[in-house]
Amino acid sequence: MTRQRIAAPRPLEPMPRAIIVGASSGVGAALTRELHAQGYVVAVLGRRLPELQHLANELNQVRAETAVAYAHNVQVTSSVPDLCRNVCAHLGGLDLFVYCAGVMYPNNPATNDTAADLEMLQTNLLGAVAWLNEIGPRLQSAGSGQIVGIGSIAGDRGRRGIPAYSASKAGLHTYLEGLRNRLSRHGVTVTTIKLWQVQTAMLANADRVVQPASPELAARLIWRAIRLKRQVVYVPGRWAAAGLVLQHIPSFIFRRLNL
Amino acid sequence: MTLELNSAALQMLHAWGENTRARSYVHQPTTAAELQAVFALAQRTGISIALRGAGQSYGDAALNSEQIVVCLSQMNRITHWSAANGVVELEPGVTLAQLWRNCISDGWWPPVVSGTMFTSVGGCAAMNIHGKNNWQVGNFAEHILEFTAVLPAGSVVRCSRTENSDLFYAIPGSFGMLGCITALRLQLKRIHTGLVSVTALAATNLQAMLQLVDEHKNASDYVVGWIDAAAGGTGLGRGQIHAASYYNPPDTAAHAHSLLLQHQDLPARLFGVLPAHYAWLGLRLANNTPGLRLLNALKYAAARLQHGSTYLQSLAGFNFLLDYAPDWKRAYRPGGLIQHQSFIPIGNALAGYRQLLQACQNARLLPTLAVLKRHQPDAQYAVSYCPDGYSLALDFSARVRTRERLSALLAQLDQIVVAAQGRFYFAKDSALHPTTAQASLGAAPLKTLQALKQRCDPRNLLQSNLSRRLLPELHALE
Repeated sequence: MTRQRIAAPRPLEPMPRAIIVGASSGVGAALTRELHAQGYVVAVLGRRLPELQHLANELNQVRAETAVAYAHNVQVTSSVPDLCRNVCAHLGGLDLFVYCAGVMYPNNPATNDTAADLEMLQTNLLGAVAWLNEIGPRLQSAGSGQIVGIGSIAGDRGRRGIPAYSASKAGLHTYLEGLRNRLSRHGVTVTTIKLWQVQTAMLANADRVVQPASPELAARLIWRAIRLKRQVVYVPGRWAAAGLVLQHIPSFIFRRLNL
Repeated sequence: MTLELNSAALQMLHAWGENTRARSYVHQPTTAAELQAVFALAQRTGISIALRGAGQSYGDAALNSEQIVVCLSQMNRITHWSAANGVVELEPGVTLAQLWRNCISDGWWPPVVSGTMFTSVGGCAAMNIHGKNNWQVGNFAEHILEFTAVLPAGSVVRCSRTENSDLFYAIPGSFGMLGCITALRLQLKRIHTGLVSVTALAATNLQAMLQLVDEHKNASDYVVGWIDAAAGGTGLGRGQIHAASYYNPPDTAAHAHSLLLQHQDLPARLFGVLPAHYAWLGLRLANNTPGLRLLNALKYAAARLQHGSTYLQSLAGFNFLLDYAPDWKRAYRPGGLIQHQSFIPIGNALAGYRQLLQACQNARLLPTLAVLKRHQPDAQYAVSYCPDGYSLALDFSARVRTRERLSALLAQLDQIVVAAQGRFYFAKDSALHPTTAQASLGAAPLKTLQALKQRCDPRNLLQSNLSRRLLPELHALE
């Protein structure tokens, strides 16, 4: 099999290189387009290869040899070390890693679907741990680079409608914080994005929808956070105030609210 | 021995010019068997290998982003030395410094050396380097009697002018794409003193420079020219040449002490006062347009004063000019430096080099150093770069602020060189594009190289950032 050729690094015209895990649709796909427009060479990973291939083809039409797609299920964590090595070798470097894979299933208190909850934890949290254990040392050895984890404002507090989803995102936030504390002294930036609702397929499973952002707007704002090397960012920014309030509502009130 | 690709082996390696860097799995074999184990690892994982000697290439020749780099600096034994006939057997990681220090007191000197003594003989062979005496003695590989190489598939070949002679003329110069040299037998040059007699001459313009080089080339062993790249108008290409010959007075015994190491060691102080280790600071202060204009003007004024003078200099002092100021690349931090060296046939050299110097001045990007040398054709090698003509090496500061302009200028310079039927030298390159690289190499040699690659390395295990950047066709089998 001949593999998609990727432009070789040129000393005087460096092109930053990024891996985006969970790029087949929604925020991941929009962010991939944004990064590509900003000059990145990208490797897009996800479960749905046809969509990824389509995205990579689209990007390669804009600039040749700048995008490549890999099929990957983040729940299969044992495949991550080899895949990570191969993708990095194929890309010819790594400056930015974005973990965008995420699922949200409604939790019906009547059924308490354990399989769905575990899948959410695996996709949203454990997959990130598997990837970042590979990526972290790589960037540390370079003394530069950036890791971006797409979290959620829902991870700020345990929500009664989506306890497992909240837990997966809260776990991701805390994991990224630990990683930030470990890697920032080595010159690596770890950015946590706390996303408000975005108009994607995931919204179908939300209890209610309040002023969702478009994926393109979310992607632009995430790129801004990457460019400014921010640590923790609410996207869109105006929800930062809501996040702050939410975090400080005492439990005896919070548990009585319909949130 | 079975190796694994361990992320603990990931290291950031820099191009010597510090204009680029790459993270790689670094392996440092100490024996040919360990090297073969790394080849087996590459076979198993499909992760490619770049070969690295002492890491003295200006650009990305010894880098391999996110893949394996085999660093040969631990294979650095001189296994046999015969003072009677000047034949030395050594491993590829031996540096030229190790080599000449080992042999000079017996009256032998490496016939071809680079401007720094810190290159490895393996690297010198893989790039088939040239010295300031190229038109006299040819490239480095001309002085190899025999070498042993491990091919990526695991086989070991011995190559000489009579045994595997096709590979003997292919592996040297092939920038590590065909196999890894694990042992060499070299013929050194007999010397009677450790001195060269140097004559310094000033030239008022480029035409005079080229004429001076040609006038002195028959009577001298080494000729090198320095060009004041800041001078324009009628003084375009003015500068100074140093013509040097091995010093063989009738009573060599009186100069026997010059063969001793202490006579050859480079001075710790420049001009007797400035500590050499801090010389880069001075270079850094001058590394801007007004500074370079001043430095060049002063050097040219000194050249005029010095014109016609002859003096004795140690062999190491004459050959390893770049080592007078240790770590001088620090003057170029943080962007690093790149060197653009072009080889133009004798008939087109004057017009071609005039255009190059003019283009640099028009772009307001002054080379920090411009060096002229004379060459003889090396067409006997599968990958060759020397015509019967001259080469001009231009150093540029690769500041981040001016990189885009520099890149455009270099593309323009490359076009001028290609139009003048010129060639390029991969050991120093950082900026060529596939089209210019292929125009330089020529279609037929590229085909030959592809066929040799298919034969020696059918699985494409030997690659480097440079090879993928310049000759993607070489790796088309991926």
